[in-house]
Amino acid sequence: MASQADFRDRQFLAVIGDEDSVTGLLLAGIGHVTAPPDNQKNFLVVDAKTDNASIEAAFERFTTERKDIGIVLINQHIADRIRNRVDTYTQAFPTILEIPSKDHPYDPEKDSVLRRVRRLFGE
Amino acid sequence: MSGAGDREAVFPTRQSLGIMKAKLKGAETGHNLLKRKSEALTKRFRDITRRIDEAKRKMGRVMQIASLSLAEVTYAVGGNIGYQIQESAKSARFRIRAKQENVSGVLLPAFESYLTEGNNDFAMTGLGKGGQQVQRCRETYARAVEALVELASLQTAFVILDEVIKVVNRRVNAIEHVIIPRTENTIKYINSELDELDREEFYRLKKVANKKQRDTAAADAEMKRKKEELAEEEENVAPEAEDSAGPTDLLAAADEEDVIF
Repeated sequence: MASQADFRDRQFLAVIGDEDSVTGLLLAGIGHVTAPPDNQKNFLVVDAKTDNASIEAAFERFTTERKDIGIVLINQHIADRIRNRVDTYTQAFPTILEIPSKDHPYDPEKDSVLRRVRRLFGE
Repeated sequence: MSGAGDREAVFPTRQSLGIMKAKLKGAETGHNLLKRKSEALTKRFRDITRRIDEAKRKMGRVMQIASLSLAEVTYAVGGNIGYQIQESAKSARFRIRAKQENVSGVLLPAFESYLTEGNNDFAMTGLGKGGQQVQRCRETYARAVEALVELASLQTAFVILDEVIKVVNRRVNAIEHVIIPRTENTIKYINSELDELDREEFYRLKKVANKKQRDTAAADAEMKRKKEELAEEEENVAPEAEDSAGPTDLLAAADEEDVIF
């Protein structure tokens, strides 16, 4: 099971989202750029031109490589593009949270956690 | 008998019977406790899933309001500020901290958000126009993110609890369906073996008793025979002895000459 000790230094949120969501969340003050030389951002702006490979790479970076991220926010329509990765992700830390975006209404049917809830209660 | 069902490899002695009985008792106590733990966790789990459901719906509303206020900003500033904001983000003002909560021995982490003091990456945003809208938008989004953080801690708790409940249930089932029947089988086996030994012992004792009885009977017979022999011998010897050695009956002396005065 997820080790209970490693969440203490997880103090940032990360975002993978479209421009509006990222802008809004950055305005709330979650944006963080690590110290030089690596200068890693904790957000990724996805538009129509971004390919799935780079989304997956960012997802991978936020979930497994970086140890200081506690919550990964991802727009649901982007999560759909890497749905397999999101659904097979079962670790407790960091938490993946699918959020609605402006252009795509939130659909509880697609959410990986809510689907698990449904499955557990036998619906 | 002993071959039915699997059992532990023990020697059928009274001592191991005692050990097995203690083990069975321990397993039953453990089973009860684990079952109760599992029930407590499941109760908590249901509570959390219900709250997740609610929080997800709330999140939808909150995010809608937040994007509306962002649209206001875009309108007021009169252009897209996304790029500017992405470039000026340097250090997170809004951070989270994890604390633990103990639910029947399971540590559930819960996120808590806090604002770090004194750094403001967006001091210049909306300086020209729309500053007020930017400010309001920041507040709205901060509230939205707080809701998201709450939801995230619920979700983390959900994932961890799910895992723990699975483990606990697996243990409960293992004890109920493997360990307890196995120990019971072992006890049964030991009991049957002990009974068998008892019967053997009883039979042996009976045999020994029989033999002893036979021996005693033989000895008795022997003695009796000897006694009889002796008696017979005595009988044969006795008459002669009476003649010679028996006390003479003075009065009954037959052939005595009469004394004539």
